[in-house]
Amino acid sequence: MSGAATGAPMSRVDGRLKVTGGADYAADHNLSGLLHAVLVTSTVSRATVTGIGTDRARSLPGVVDVLTDFGGVTLPYPVGEISFFGQPVAVVLAETLQQAQHAASLVTVRATARPAVTSMTDPKAAPVPDAQTPDYTRGDADAALQAGPVVVDNTFTIARENHNPMELPSTVAHWSGGTLTLWDKTQWVQGNARNIAAALNVPVSAVRVICPFVGGAFGSAGRTWPHQILAAHAARRVQRPVKLVLTRKQMYTGVGYRPASWQRLTMAAGEDGRITGIVHETRTETARYEAYSDDTTELPKMLYTSANVRSAYRLVPLDVSAATFMRGPGTVTGAFALETTVDEVADQLDIDPVEFRLRNAADHNQVTGVPFTDRRFAECLRAGAQAFGWSRRRPPRMRREGDLLIGMGMAGAAHHNNRTSASAVARINADGTAAVASATGDMGPGTYTSMSQIAADTLGLPVSRVRFHLGDSRLPTAPMHSGSKTLASVGSAVFTACSMVRDGVVRMAVVDPASPLHGADPAKVAVHNGVLSAPGHGSERYADVLRRHGRDGVDSTQNWTPADESRFSSYAFGAVFAEVSVDVALGLVRVRRMRAVYDVGRVVNPKLARSQAFSGMVAGIGMALLENTTRDRRDGRIVNANMADYLVPVHADVPDLDVDFLPGSDPAATPIGVKGLGELVIVGVPAAIGNAVHNATGVRVRDLPITLDKLL
Amino acid sequence: MYPFTFTKARTERAALAAGARGGRYVAGGTTLVDLMRETVERPTEVVDITALPYRDIAASPSGLRIGALARMAELAAHPTVITRFPVISQALNLSASPQLRNMATIGGNLMQRPRCLYFRDVTARCNRRAPGTGCAAIGGENRGHAVLGTSTRCVATHPSDLAVALVALDAVVLLRSPSGDRSVPVSRFIRLPGSTPDVEHDLRPGELIVGIEVPAGAHTARSGYLKVRDRQSYEFALVSAAVALDIRSGVVRDARVAVGGVATVPWRLPEVERALVGKAPGTRLWAEGSARAADGAKPLSGNAFKVELLTRTVERQLTAIGGVA
Repeated sequence: MSGAATGAPMSRVDGRLKVTGGADYAADHNLSGLLHAVLVTSTVSRATVTGIGTDRARSLPGVVDVLTDFGGVTLPYPVGEISFFGQPVAVVLAETLQQAQHAASLVTVRATARPAVTSMTDPKAAPVPDAQTPDYTRGDADAALQAGPVVVDNTFTIARENHNPMELPSTVAHWSGGTLTLWDKTQWVQGNARNIAAALNVPVSAVRVICPFVGGAFGSAGRTWPHQILAAHAARRVQRPVKLVLTRKQMYTGVGYRPASWQRLTMAAGEDGRITGIVHETRTETARYEAYSDDTTELPKMLYTSANVRSAYRLVPLDVSAATFMRGPGTVTGAFALETTVDEVADQLDIDPVEFRLRNAADHNQVTGVPFTDRRFAECLRAGAQAFGWSRRRPPRMRREGDLLIGMGMAGAAHHNNRTSASAVARINADGTAAVASATGDMGPGTYTSMSQIAADTLGLPVSRVRFHLGDSRLPTAPMHSGSKTLASVGSAVFTACSMVRDGVVRMAVVDPASPLHGADPAKVAVHNGVLSAPGHGSERYADVLRRHGRDGVDSTQNWTPADESRFSSYAFGAVFAEVSVDVALGLVRVRRMRAVYDVGRVVNPKLARSQAFSGMVAGIGMALLENTTRDRRDGRIVNANMADYLVPVHADVPDLDVDFLPGSDPAATPIGVKGLGELVIVGVPAAIGNAVHNATGVRVRDLPITLDKLL
Repeated sequence: MYPFTFTKARTERAALAAGARGGRYVAGGTTLVDLMRETVERPTEVVDITALPYRDIAASPSGLRIGALARMAELAAHPTVITRFPVISQALNLSASPQLRNMATIGGNLMQRPRCLYFRDVTARCNRRAPGTGCAAIGGENRGHAVLGTSTRCVATHPSDLAVALVALDAVVLLRSPSGDRSVPVSRFIRLPGSTPDVEHDLRPGELIVGIEVPAGAHTARSGYLKVRDRQSYEFALVSAAVALDIRSGVVRDARVAVGGVATVPWRLPEVERALVGKAPGTRLWAEGSARAADGAKPLSGNAFKVELLTRTVERQLTAIGGVA
């Protein structure tokens, strides 16, 4: 793939639509006869429902129905039992949203409460093994820790976090002749269609899910949640279209969260500055009704060379709603423990943290033993240190400006280059334009734009003549839009489909006596700006070929499937550097600047990639300093379920950010040379900030968020 | 949201009549509408008073007269307020967000209800919202709650930054009802929770706030507001301090210190003020004075840090306003 589009810092092709309000989000669909649904949710964490009072709600004008019987649908928890605070127990349907909201506030729920366990620190909370994350051992880590000589052994906690995208979870459900159409906020139109079909016990062919735009998700719209099932159920029951939008408060228990975590990480190293052993234990909370694995063990097992590693991951089932993946799931959590510990070990050995990482960086996957497709971790560390001015770093608590202590910190980062089988259809139209489609999504990274760029260069067309379509479950198969795999997976499918359709038209030309390219070697035919040409031959346009053949278009649907990782392991790498100030008396931590260097293979669109990296830094600032879903341990209630009390960074919290991407391409990872980026860019951020706080103050805070009370 | 009627009062008389029959006044709507959505507030009649002529901000040598309907943003940007009452301008600019400051009024600012997480959740116990049900914050999540002025019934902090500045400057609330006008110091207008936390203001049924008067003095120009919070903007205070000092000829002649984020009402610190007046300004004096800031503080399970943070915040702001000389 070569051409003018890939590598160009193009603005979003859908940008104008978004800023002018022309982009239709799920809740923007208003069908004739549409009813508004509002959920009534439980106010206890564990109970048996004995009755639901709906008379007052039903008597209100505009109220069409109050559904309390969820018969005929499968929910992830037993209906009639309360499994978590905030569980939907009734659906109010009314002609207007206001009528439905008011009626919902009048529904009463009688329940026999039972003792609930809602916090990992509750003595009754018992860790259990996680089937998905078996214990891991190589060498004899415990013996290595015994041998020392330098051993750092600490525990880390990270508060629960909610994704808090701008767009609230929204579903419009419409049944027509036994077929359900959902305009739904989702990261996976096809998986959602399958899940909804299964939950409602209808064939998957009867469900179509449409989602052309997502107003942020960060993982929260990856799976199918109860509200989506209940919207479809309600629409079927009343035989009218139904719109259901969760409130911000309901979002906190309705679409998952990054589970609270506890980790213990012990690391031993020799005087030569080489890591000799790592023991890593983790516990994360999960719903009692559903195990969610937020595997934290990956980076501690593979990022640094160590012959001896043991890790154990445990789940702590609680009477809480289900957790789910949130940007950099597990990886950022494990990286916080790992990269903080690495910093501490380097400190004890009096070795510069960058040098210590360079010395220990793994040259092959430490778990599988196979080499990396491309591994430029060291280059990221060196380039980042240079660009950031790392050499100006002073020992802890040695730099002060007035009331502010200034510190620098850094962390390494890596993320598996997830790739999954994906399909796309590419079509060249008789007018010389192209349409390319796949059932993927665009929750913000710019899928529309990057796919258009890949398609344009593969087809030999300007981007302005390519339209990319996504977000409809009837389009060719795509994986969930998550895990940083969309560009690598769907992009490879788009490349494959576009290559095939381009080659198809080329073949039509070279075998056609009427073509100026007749007899040309197809491999030598180039296409630029929609014009086919070959050395020693004339040229003609796609449109000419198609018109001569009486075709209104030529298309090709192709699947791309990644190679397994038996010979190569594919990871994206990075290094993150942060400078913070900490008020010496008031404990206030402010990030002053941050700079990262990433190795993500080919960068299809530097502008979008830069935005992604910045958003990862902003999210990492939130994780490091602010975000904390606070629960009342007495009843499991989330007490800060709103945007005023759950703190995400505002502009004032976001300083001077910069990012560099190492030039290059990783063709062994994907045919288009890309490695995923979306998760990687948060992975190192919290640890880099925490390490900078230590450098500023001499104080290690191993519990996130780092709030001022921990530094007074 | 519960159903309600909405009318716009064209005259003061119409507004007072509506108030007398139980109508709730609304101006910027930035607090009341939020709380109505959460069903914390359930007024049956809402009366828009934004057409009333209370929007002027008048500065004279004796002080400021602020119309109750002046917007936060207008007062913050007023040239005389910026130069002669900087503590007011700063307190406002550190409040909320620009969008909210463009809507919210000064009268409404004093009427803000607490940010207590349980007060705003109608499924939780709260003596302020539902008298007699108990206080869920005591023994619950109370990192943001008060350490001063608390009672066994309520520990919610007062949310206003402006009110802290106004209390420091001895501002007075001007009230009007059909039976006449009266004025009440802001420090008495906002009431301690005691045994009746649901009674938040000295405001009679149907009474309107028409304005606020702030007396000028030698101290008002040398004043400022410090707000300490986890997030750099758009957050209520963990601790805040309003300080105004009159320092002449090497002596502190007058000192006004009030704090927010730590008390159930805007909290004046007379002991700190007394420790300062008549003494030579400087680092030592600010440390001595601020040592009294947390006198009587009673921390809860989750906010012990506020006691130390309060002392340090007051010391920092005394230093900022008084100088290090």
